[in-house]
Amino acid sequence: MKQIVVISGKGGTGKTVITASFAALAKNKVMADCDVDAADLHLLLTPKIKEKYDFRSGVTAVVDKNKCIQCGLCRKLCRFSAVNSDFTIDSVSCEGCSFCGFACPQNAIEMRENLAGEWFISATRFGPMVHAKLGVAEENSGKLVSLVRKNAKEIAEKIGADWIVIDGSPGIGCPVIASISGVDCALVVTEPTLSGLHDAARVIDVTRHFKVPVKLVINKYDLNLDMTEQIELYCQEKEVPVIGKLGFDKAIIKAMVENKTIVEYSQGKSSKTIKNIWLRLQKEVNNG
Amino acid sequence: MIISVASGKGGTGKTTIATSFALSIKNAQILDCDVEEPNAHIFIKPEIQEKSPVFIPVPQIDKTKCDGCGKCRQVCVYNALAVLKNDVLVFSDLCHGCGACAYFCPQKAIKEVDKEIGIVEIGIKHDKYGGNLEFIHGKLNIGQAMSPPLIREVKKHINPTRINIIDAPPGTSCPVIESIKGSDFCILVTEPTPFGLNDLILAVEVLRKLKIPYGVVINRSDLGDKKTDAYCEKEKILVLMTIPFKKEIASIYSQGIPIVEVIPKYIEDFQKMFRRITDGKFS
Repeated sequence: MKQIVVISGKGGTGKTVITASFAALAKNKVMADCDVDAADLHLLLTPKIKEKYDFRSGVTAVVDKNKCIQCGLCRKLCRFSAVNSDFTIDSVSCEGCSFCGFACPQNAIEMRENLAGEWFISATRFGPMVHAKLGVAEENSGKLVSLVRKNAKEIAEKIGADWIVIDGSPGIGCPVIASISGVDCALVVTEPTLSGLHDAARVIDVTRHFKVPVKLVINKYDLNLDMTEQIELYCQEKEVPVIGKLGFDKAIIKAMVENKTIVEYSQGKSSKTIKNIWLRLQKEVNNG
Repeated sequence: MIISVASGKGGTGKTTIATSFALSIKNAQILDCDVEEPNAHIFIKPEIQEKSPVFIPVPQIDKTKCDGCGKCRQVCVYNALAVLKNDVLVFSDLCHGCGACAYFCPQKAIKEVDKEIGIVEIGIKHDKYGGNLEFIHGKLNIGQAMSPPLIREVKKHINPTRINIIDAPPGTSCPVIESIKGSDFCILVTEPTPFGLNDLILAVEVLRKLKIPYGVVINRSDLGDKKTDAYCEKEKILVLMTIPFKKEIASIYSQGIPIVEVIPKYIEDFQKMFRRITDGKFS
């Protein structure tokens, strides 16, 4: 069983459109949406939720007013400026480190577990999917990503799936690191802009740092052919295979509006290109 | 005054709006808090005047003093310390730098040492009218998971005498909250697609929770469908500006050029937007 994650560095380059198409094209697979704080894959795969679980993670300090003698120790020790001057806790700033709770001489601080989100096992027209919703303004997205991946893997093992297709998140921080660890291939989707190149370069460095095989696709390549060439040169230099180039295509947005993947929606150019990208990716990943 | 620019969904045009907005108004300062993938510098092209590394404190064990009691592990909720028979292992990538281990160590065997997580760069961009735009951004080191401490460092440079424009990262989780909290107003940039709308709704939830006033900019407004307009109308959300999709704009963006430098009409639009925000006529 092989795991493929689609990432991008820069947001909005087309990760989810490509992941959803792979979901349609791959045979015998499980999907995992690891963009847990702005998940969109469900909009194209329209999952039917079969199982729903709470994601409990991290703690937040709560001060018991009756026990607190306002000695000020917690306020002095807290490095996240989470203790207000009236000795209430700013729960948005609280990092959950529990330093204050351990130190309070009156035992007046309770650390309460956070309900940090939900995660789901669902059925889609393409097979099982594990996805999640991080609570608004919550932390620990990396842990939730790991949880989604663990469950996707268990399902894949149980049904003997050949592929786990993972939708990643933008950036290079904790959810991205959690989504790429141990995968067979990270596919970076970028766009021919200076920002796209800059951000792809950083996320490629992250894959190298964690020793994850990496390949790249340029989306909307025809919006700037010079930049496309620059990205290709950069990839050549860094020995990152560019396995496909997709043109700007309004059909992709039309497909999205109809909650469909582009490969279902049309048999046009974009659809053909993505099919070729998948065939190549599949072959290269299987040949290690 | 602090005005942040956020989005939920990535790639909707946050940096386009933040940089062109900052270039269109007087006495502005731009702080790029998307420290994982900072891009504002590509458009602003500031003259960098100062570079400083940012550290978080992580524990270092003095083995001659440590008696292996295990107190440090007990107080570390991040599992950044493992106590073995004759040794304590520190996993500094898991450490949040709270300082509890050093404080509670009965043997005073833990010293906190600096670990670099990224850098802050400060620069300036002179405009042709003799004014200047102050520029600050953070850049997270490759392989680092935690961006909030670096975002806090960037935000220390907020200058209350200026109009501070914050370019926030995408999403709705901790780095976004760290970037936008304390803002007087937040501009949410979206696109009228199902993805854009889904993530806009999440971003609106965040702003309601943080009690920050906000308005929406609809980018590539002629692509997609009409559901975003309908949502904003129903929720009585102020639409500050709409920008149509044009190959010209996409091409300017791709080269790292702010739209206000090529299409001057937008300077006026951004100034108008600024007046609407500062007039306080928002819901």
